[in-house]
Amino acid sequence: MEVTISTAELLTTDGIPLKQSLRKAERRNKLRAFLLVFPLLLFIIVTFVMPIGDMLLRSVDDSQINSVFSNTFDEYKNWDKEADELPPEEVYKSLFFELANGDKRQIGKALTRMNYAKSGWKSLIKKTTREIKKIVKKGEEPVSYKDTFIKINKLWADPTYWYSFNQMVSERSSIYYWNAIDRTFDKDGDVVLQDEKRRMYMNTWIRTFKVSIYVTIFCLILGFPVAHLLANLPLRYSNLLMIFVLLPFWTSLLVRTTAWIVMLQQNGVINGILVWLGVISDDGRIQMVYNEAGTLIAMTQILLPFMILPLYSVMRVIPKSHMRAAQNLGAKPAMAFWRVYLPQTIPGISAGGLLVFVLAIGYFITPELVGGKDGKLIGSWIAYHLRTTLNWGLCAALGGILLGIMLIFYWLYNKIVGIDNIKLG
Amino acid sequence: MALPSYATPVQRTYYYLYLFFCAVVFFFLIAPLFAIIPISFSVSPFMVFTEGMLAWPPDPEAWSIRWYKNMIGDCSADVVSSTVPCSTKWMVGTVNSFYIGIIATVIATALGTLAALGLSRPHMPYKGLIMAILISPMIVPLIITAAGMFFFYARINLVYTFTGVILAHVALATPFVVITVTATLVGFDMNMVKAAQSLGAKPMRTFFKVIMPLILPGIISGALFAFITSFDEVVIVMFMASIDQLTIPKQMWAGIRQEISPVILCMATCLVLLSIFLLTTVELLRRRSEKLRGIKAR
Repeated sequence: MEVTISTAELLTTDGIPLKQSLRKAERRNKLRAFLLVFPLLLFIIVTFVMPIGDMLLRSVDDSQINSVFSNTFDEYKNWDKEADELPPEEVYKSLFFELANGDKRQIGKALTRMNYAKSGWKSLIKKTTREIKKIVKKGEEPVSYKDTFIKINKLWADPTYWYSFNQMVSERSSIYYWNAIDRTFDKDGDVVLQDEKRRMYMNTWIRTFKVSIYVTIFCLILGFPVAHLLANLPLRYSNLLMIFVLLPFWTSLLVRTTAWIVMLQQNGVINGILVWLGVISDDGRIQMVYNEAGTLIAMTQILLPFMILPLYSVMRVIPKSHMRAAQNLGAKPAMAFWRVYLPQTIPGISAGGLLVFVLAIGYFITPELVGGKDGKLIGSWIAYHLRTTLNWGLCAALGGILLGIMLIFYWLYNKIVGIDNIKLG
Repeated sequence: MALPSYATPVQRTYYYLYLFFCAVVFFFLIAPLFAIIPISFSVSPFMVFTEGMLAWPPDPEAWSIRWYKNMIGDCSADVVSSTVPCSTKWMVGTVNSFYIGIIATVIATALGTLAALGLSRPHMPYKGLIMAILISPMIVPLIITAAGMFFFYARINLVYTFTGVILAHVALATPFVVITVTATLVGFDMNMVKAAQSLGAKPMRTFFKVIMPLILPGIISGALFAFITSFDEVVIVMFMASIDQLTIPKQMWAGIRQEISPVILCMATCLVLLSIFLLTTVELLRRRSEKLRGIKAR
């Protein structure tokens, strides 16, 4: 007997192969899910991702000054700094015409940029432009442009001014990033340290890291026992005590910062209590706020819930029998804690630690308000350049570096904890 | 976690030390918040406990509600002090904060809930990547967000407008909605949707009659998170808002920077009360949601 096996595919009632039909349904489901997410995705990309991308572009952008002084910069690149002390005649000539004919507003913007590279440029060029305009009005053509410039102001014979052009001559430039870590370009375009008096960012970067590490350690020391207590108490009590952790979490950051100013200032609550107790004399009140100590204390309290909550959720599921078993087997309580309990809390410690550290390095409000002069973190420089100096390139570069550091740590966090495991409250 | 009856004296000492340490930490967490409340009722224009306030029996002269009157813009003679300016700024700020907060919350909740529904579907492509993008506003430090948004919104003339501030706040608030609603949808029984559909309900009807009532506690929690995010937000409004968009945090910031006055503490007290209210609501909603979804309280 012959058995024929049908090689034809399974068909749906409409006569379409089942495989194809299923694939179609699958695709439709995918599309539906995506359509639900799409409005928000688009919104976040337009209102958030693009602004951040725009900022990153700005951090490498020097095109404005390059469009103003394009000829000068082209000629400048031909200058052999070993052979001649000053740039060739053509550089002076192009600068002459670009200053005489350039758009006043654009030149003004470019001057601000030049002052970031070397202070003094702005006034020098302003004076020079005035003289050049006079010469042009008279209709004279200078014999030597170089001599004309030097006659107007002898600073034009100072090569250090010309060397600072190195920081500006390319449209896409890494100079802002170098500036953000106190480096600059020298006359050959090599990276060197800034002048002593212009070095200010490395200190702040180091302080930012130092404060963040300290805050993380303090939070761990304070948060570990509390999380342990909360995880081991009966639910009735732990839910009640949890309010102590969650209430600060829900309270406005500014309120908490204000509260710390009230507590820590020289005639504040803590000093008052200390004087009343007789620990310190009335004129020996301790300065605890508007310095690094204030930043540390306030940030530790503000970030503590972010340490306690992950620790709590990990400790909650560690069976209590483990510690008892270890002790039954003869371990002293300290040994049992060290060898049995602590290793099981490592996921909580790393999650809480990373979260607190990452939040701390980007902190701005609290250090700015309670940090005084020596307690400010890198965020304060970003705000300063954004609002006061308008050196937006540098501002964007500082932000870019900070963002990079954050992303590395979040990548770590994602590896260890998983970013979609973030829980609130 | 009581101490066993056979504990040695050394263990007892350690145990009480441990409890004492925890008590100190709880005190450290909560004390600053409550220390400001009595000071806000002080008669003195400085943010300190005056001797009259600490005296026993209490000295009624030392206490007053003059700063609260100042806060609501009542500038009568007994309220005004030479060092503390009096204006309607706090009330203008309150109105603006609620205006911005409510609009931002509505938009953020709608967009966030939709996205959470999509993300919870088993067929969602590129889930990890999309989730990372959607959560990013919560992760990036506010000062970077503010800088980026300031540059970008300045190009399209949105800085110093309500629209700009609201858009920025929606972006900051949506991650909270997405996370809370996604968490509620974990363990959501998809069979209920299938049941509704097989009984002939259209997608819209299924959503409003079946899905929505079940995840409503999550949506409301998310909305409250979104509201408080916008309501407390200060960095964005510092850079992107002009005096017309004065909000409570902006006014508080100015207050702390320039004129440290007890009026700030009055507003702070109100905000602490608001946060107690919100915390209680969210906690109750969480319990209700667990009950609805049949998860037993731990």
